[in-house]
Amino acid sequence: MLNKTRQELENVGRMSLDLVSGIGAVFVFLLLTLRYSATSFQRFSLTIREIFFSGVLSLIIILVSGLFVGMVLGLQGYETLQTYGSSESVGVLVALSLTRELGPVVSALLFASRAGSAITAEIGLMKATEQLSAMEMMAINPIARVVGPRFWGGVLSMPILTAMFIGTGVLGGYIIAVLLIGVDSGAFWSQMNAAVDFSHDVVNGLLKSFVFGLAICSIATYQGYAAAPTAEGVSGATTRTVVSSSLAILALDLVLTAFMLKG
Amino acid sequence: MNRATLNLWVGVFVVGGFIALLFLAFKVGNFSSGNLGETYSVVAHFDNIGGLKASAPVKSSGVLVGRVVSIQFDTKKYDALVTMRLDKRIPFSTDTMASVLTSGILGEQYVGLETGGEPEMLKDGGEVSHTQGAVVLEKLIGQFFLSKSQEPADATK
Amino acid sequence: MASDAAVEISRLNFRYGERAILKGINMRIPRGSIVAIMGQSGCGKTTLLRLIGGQLKPTEGDLSVEGHDMKAITPDALYRLRRQMGMLFQFGALFTDLSVFENVAFQMREHTDLSESLIRDLTLLKLQAVGLRGVRDRMPGALSGGMARRVALARAIALDPMIMMYDEPFTGLDPISMGVIAKLIRDLNSALGTTSIIVTHDVQESLRLVDYVYFVSEGVIVAEGTPEEIRSSNLPYVHQFVWGEMDGPVPFHYPAPSMQDFLAGNSPHSRRSMHA
Repeated sequence: MLNKTRQELENVGRMSLDLVSGIGAVFVFLLLTLRYSATSFQRFSLTIREIFFSGVLSLIIILVSGLFVGMVLGLQGYETLQTYGSSESVGVLVALSLTRELGPVVSALLFASRAGSAITAEIGLMKATEQLSAMEMMAINPIARVVGPRFWGGVLSMPILTAMFIGTGVLGGYIIAVLLIGVDSGAFWSQMNAAVDFSHDVVNGLLKSFVFGLAICSIATYQGYAAAPTAEGVSGATTRTVVSSSLAILALDLVLTAFMLKG
Repeated sequence: MNRATLNLWVGVFVVGGFIALLFLAFKVGNFSSGNLGETYSVVAHFDNIGGLKASAPVKSSGVLVGRVVSIQFDTKKYDALVTMRLDKRIPFSTDTMASVLTSGILGEQYVGLETGGEPEMLKDGGEVSHTQGAVVLEKLIGQFFLSKSQEPADATK
Repeated sequence: MASDAAVEISRLNFRYGERAILKGINMRIPRGSIVAIMGQSGCGKTTLLRLIGGQLKPTEGDLSVEGHDMKAITPDALYRLRRQMGMLFQFGALFTDLSVFENVAFQMREHTDLSESLIRDLTLLKLQAVGLRGVRDRMPGALSGGMARRVALARAIALDPMIMMYDEPFTGLDPISMGVIAKLIRDLNSALGTTSIIVTHDVQESLRLVDYVYFVSEGVIVAEGTPEEIRSSNLPYVHQFVWGEMDGPVPFHYPAPSMQDFLAGNSPHSRRSMHA
């Protein structure tokens, strides 16, 4: 009995240590990436390429999801607000939930599974096929040449995708509430306009998504770079990227929201 | 993928993001009204500000004329010192009345201004001396019961 | 720099944590020679190559490449030294996101300020040398294994290295491609005077090719000599390796409990399976 408790405590201790050392490793890798980031900006065409793969290729999933999330919010919001006789406020509800929370968080979760996993898989595969070693042997730093552009491409794409997600979400809410249900269009927009503060809601939402982008991209590049150079290693690393980025997004969201509401 | 096609797509992507941002700024959010242009600041003392917060709107007859900049506690008078920025194009007289009001039953709190009859206008850094603080629900209820408890005594006479 | 050796190794030990990979290696590779390092899979050959390339640091002992002490070398000096080294990886390690042409041009773009037309000419020259100028616009995924290895060779020699390292250059190739690669290695050596180090377990092909052979087994050099000496060697290990015999110093059976015990159900392995 005592032995079992002890073992469980040991497990908890080991897991906490793993978590802390994992976060530490990602952070050290992030610093390393930042240190060798000059290439990403001096040769911006490298980064543009990665913006294409992370950003442009995520557009479809982001826009479609944004539209659906906005539509659902419109429907649910209308149903609830109608009981209080304030169905015109549905625009406010849709816009505020999207700018403050759903926009940054959902688009980051989608981005982690679409682009983050792709970054991990690509870097991991380059490692498994010795492309990174080959680069090192050619006296080219793989962190500067491979990791940096992918990191910055993702970080720069994330807020853009979030802005588009929120935009299409609001349009989705508009389609449901105004075009289909028949809420007054003027009230929809004007109430929204009065309630959503640009710097408080929109800028803070995009700030969140920027932080999420940093987290996803450092986790994704780290997992790819640290992956065991085998097929199982790469697939495991891809899974870990999605799981740990998602957890990181939700945890960071709590912290950021607390700070923003306070400030 | 061709270099030029790639650049084109990324260009479209960035422009799309910019359009989305503009949409969020002007159509969804109140970037234009949050930005008042040229302003002048005035202060007002309130005995109670209720739930008023910094960046809350300042309205006159329901029209947005400014924003609350900061709320401090005045240790000399032991009341709240509210600093506001008002649109330069809208002058208010020196005997303007400022009150902390609530939009709707559960809405956010704002400062309402009612201009007075004085010919002189408030200057930058001036003070609104006539103020009325937020209505505290507990006090209101207390007063109501007080007057109710006095009423029957009068009626039985 | 006084010696004429491209690579000199003495009393080198290398450990991965507790596990000793290389034990007391002595080696001297003269400039312009072709040397093979042979041994079974997992005997530490590739580790040795990585040590020479500076991707790993020796735990103990001395290792100098072109007069640079690899234990004390600074990152900058290492990067400068690597520009004079080329390495052919086991499966080519071509950059999958770049075309054949861009793969070969990669180092020129990264390390030199050559004009675009000069890069084009040089790249096509290198591709011509391996006979693959015709696939310049293909992506690496669309190449056969032998072609990929040849393109990788063209990429490795893009900046005319002084030392070429080949990690299992013949593995997984058909006899024709093997012959082509072997010929290319030899031509390169005679044309440019490149020092070549070949890590391989393909005995017959490399014995025809090289000047000197080192045999590595379980982290130590067990035999060395010219190809003739190796062929006529009476050392049991070398004999087994060269002639591909099934049993010898290296047993056919991996250590296991005896078969009789297993059938009688006495070994822990069989007992577990019976319960299951």
